[in-house]
Amino acid sequence: MMPVDHLLILGAGLFVIGFIVVTTRKNAIAVLIGIELMLNAANINLVVFSRFDPDFLQGQVFALFVITVAAAETAVALAIVLKVYRHFKTADLDKISELRG
Amino acid sequence: MEWGTTIFYVFGAITLLSALFILFTRNILYAAFSLILTFVGVAGIFVLSGAEFIGVTQLLVYVGGILVLIVFGVMLTNRVKGQKVVSPVYQKFVGSIVGIGLFMLLMKGILEANFGAMQWMKTNEQQTSLKRFGMTLMTDYVVVFEVIGILLLVALIGAVYMAGKRKGVNDAS
Repeated sequence: MMPVDHLLILGAGLFVIGFIVVTTRKNAIAVLIGIELMLNAANINLVVFSRFDPDFLQGQVFALFVITVAAAETAVALAIVLKVYRHFKTADLDKISELRG
Repeated sequence: MEWGTTIFYVFGAITLLSALFILFTRNILYAAFSLILTFVGVAGIFVLSGAEFIGVTQLLVYVGGILVLIVFGVMLTNRVKGQKVVSPVYQKFVGSIVGIGLFMLLMKGILEANFGAMQWMKTNEQQTSLKRFGMTLMTDYVVVFEVIGILLLVALIGAVYMAGKRKGVNDAS
């Protein structure tokens, strides 16, 4: 068994990588990829701590719900990205600035 | 070192290396394919942590579903022939500084907390069974389970409705 600390550090690393991807990319799909990484990092932490809770398994149940919501979120986000691309002819988030005052 | 631990570290290395590749590549398609490796690594970690069902669900939903959606999204939003699908990177410096700072903060928190030394960590650790998980999901959490199913259905119908072409609506105005 891997020590808990190493797994938590792995989760932290994944989360930070996802965060940097979200903040530094311009393309909407790349930003979505970063969000998926962050959700996975959260799931790792939930599952790791669920190991010490064998009677109730709340961490695993919550991880399952996180996966489901992530699937729904990706589907809706991609639909919005497609619509935005059809309207503005670009998926570049910096060029979609219609609401800028 | 025993076999299980070695495999654990191998999956961890796969996850971290492919995530770093996503960070450093500019080609979105390469990033999407590297994301498959990340998900497989995370699924392996889930299975080895005693959460077999979550690992299988991870493989089915992420690798089988979300990845296909993302690749289709890349295909449908970047229709320039003969050109690589690259995403420009901006504010590289500020982003990395904030990211590294956040990582340092999380590391400090994890190392200071020293979870391994807590008493309930040592006493309670044991294998969980799939039967137990199914019973918990269908008794204690059955309402949440149903609600999440309805949420998924609504989200999928909404996504299809939004992305589909409707008559009488001018898109490229």
